[in-house]
Amino acid sequence: MKIHEYQAKEILSKFGVAVPRGRVATDAHSVASIVEELGLPVVVKAQIHAGGRGKGGGVKVAKTLDEAQSAYAAILGMNLVTHQTGPEGRLVRTVLVEEGLNIAKELYVGMVLDREKSRVCVMVSEAGGMEIEEVAAHTPEKIKKEWIDPALGLMPAQARKLAYFLNLPPEAVREAVKFIINLYNAFVAKDCSLAEINPLALTADNRVLALDGKMNFDDNALFRQPDVVACRDLNEEETLEIEASKYSLNYIKLDGNIGCMVNGAGLAMATMDIIKLSGGEPANFLDVGGGASEEQIENAFRIILADNNVKGIFINIFGGILRCDRLANGVVNAARKINVAIPVVIRMEGTNVDEGKRILRDSGFNFIVASAMRDGAEKAVAAIAAGAAR
Amino acid sequence: MSILVGKHTRLIVQGITGKEGGFHARGCKDYGTNLVGGVTPGKEGQTAEGAPVFNTVEKAVKETGANATMIFVPPPAAADAIFEASDAGIELIVCITEGIPVLDMVKIKRYLMGHGRGRLIGPNCPGVITPGQAKIGIMPGHIHIPGPVGVVSRSGTLTYEVVGQLTALGVGQSTCVGIGGDPVNGTDFIDTLKLFNEDAQTRAICMIGEIGGAAEEDAARFIKKHVKKPVIGFIAGQTAPPGRRMGHAGAIISGGKGTAGEKMKIMAECGVIVCKSPADLGETIKKALN
Repeated sequence: MKIHEYQAKEILSKFGVAVPRGRVATDAHSVASIVEELGLPVVVKAQIHAGGRGKGGGVKVAKTLDEAQSAYAAILGMNLVTHQTGPEGRLVRTVLVEEGLNIAKELYVGMVLDREKSRVCVMVSEAGGMEIEEVAAHTPEKIKKEWIDPALGLMPAQARKLAYFLNLPPEAVREAVKFIINLYNAFVAKDCSLAEINPLALTADNRVLALDGKMNFDDNALFRQPDVVACRDLNEEETLEIEASKYSLNYIKLDGNIGCMVNGAGLAMATMDIIKLSGGEPANFLDVGGGASEEQIENAFRIILADNNVKGIFINIFGGILRCDRLANGVVNAARKINVAIPVVIRMEGTNVDEGKRILRDSGFNFIVASAMRDGAEKAVAAIAAGAAR
Repeated sequence: MSILVGKHTRLIVQGITGKEGGFHARGCKDYGTNLVGGVTPGKEGQTAEGAPVFNTVEKAVKETGANATMIFVPPPAAADAIFEASDAGIELIVCITEGIPVLDMVKIKRYLMGHGRGRLIGPNCPGVITPGQAKIGIMPGHIHIPGPVGVVSRSGTLTYEVVGQLTALGVGQSTCVGIGGDPVNGTDFIDTLKLFNEDAQTRAICMIGEIGGAAEEDAARFIKKHVKKPVIGFIAGQTAPPGRRMGHAGAIISGGKGTAGEKMKIMAECGVIVCKSPADLGETIKKALN
């Protein structure tokens, strides 16, 4: 799960991570009171779940109240396009106003789970303000990493190594050490999957602050992070994906026209792959879970069909323990309730598969029954081509 | 021979009195696994699926001589259940539970790699089956037949798909190991490849990976150096968009890393027979055996 910069900074400041003073402006009027409180200059920042906001015109420095108010008016409601939003951009609904700082140097600190080492990795770099992947690819020597033993936590000695690597003035080293340790504490306490401060600012008066703040969270840990869940902004998520999550369906919208309904994540990905290999384009990833109950199938139909690009559906269920007659009845009943008017190809495997196929054939629907995975993908591609030719 | 699971297995189920735990304990027993007990705190003295229930794993081991466990404990308490099994000296710990917080797994993995005992399989996995002998897991036993192919996979139903293809072609399996779809897990590809490499029954290995992480790349390099048997590989998610978690917590392309294309390239360079289509796996494995 992702949250906004202003939310991340609120969380971080509770852990003693230094952040600039600032507040969300709720209307043009409040900009004046925030400026009065913070003084000038201020930085006016669009809040969306995507990076590259500055380049897209979503971050403006204002030296006067007038400038601050016009920056606020320009940013709120703008359609912000960055390299992370895609060409369609994202509507700005929230604007953060922060104190402007006299910045001497822009640095980087990030924390992420290193899967290969099964530990949290803390990274710092003097090359702040750039994409860390770019720095890693071209100048890896500019990054220093430390891996954290979960039994010990981030040791001060590690934080010192990282802080000294940043070539800070001696007065700022102690602040940087504190910053890194507090950031790690927030990472662990809040079950982050990523915490990235880019840029990390060194000010002219040797303070170390989070100029930007990005925190992503482990979805599996949200059950014990209610205050993180409260930060969820549904405006930043795909409508159909929100709908799917209500029914514990794992759905991700893609750009093709063959809707997929599969049990299991690996098989769902493989189904998308074989559609592509058969000359089609998958419209979505959808995992209905191991049980594939009638209710789940009905909800899955509804969500797949809500995507207007979908011209055909490929259901691929490897039941195993699941009984195919029950599955077939579920598909028939769901199709009846929802009135599915596009071709549906079904491939199923499991106990009582012949009985399942008979139920599909006798259902009165024009289900296309496939014998195997490739057969199903090819039949789905052909059915859509036939539909388009008509 | 086969690996990990067999007639020697003495299984307990942690969470045996739950709906899922009970259902799959019965499934394992029906398949021929020696189910010796179960653990649910507070329910000692009861029986479940014909086996005695204990309050602690320690007691279950002492009373039954259990050497393997299957965990069906819900995510908030699953890491604790893995610890309990390791602490009690269980040799094979199979954790089926999906949705364990990754930082819990980071701690548990540190413990297991330090002074913890036992081998962990999973979490978020279908388990392990040695066809014709025993299974610890949720996979449909009847689609398997004994034979020469070792299967190791990050996915559940996709493994069933491959096993289904093999069995339809009359090609049996030595053991099928689901290592799970989480970013931090116990036994990995390399651990399993080592076991298959040394197993006399196994003559070919099928490795099913997916996008995210670098486990397949590391495994490919290991195969090039150490594995003498043919390895057939597939990577799910060739069409997956970057930055999106595809169902499994570990199936995500991040920072341009972990793409199917990159994995398949390195696997091919290391001598793995890479299948582009999941529908061709059975045939390709059969060919590699001959």
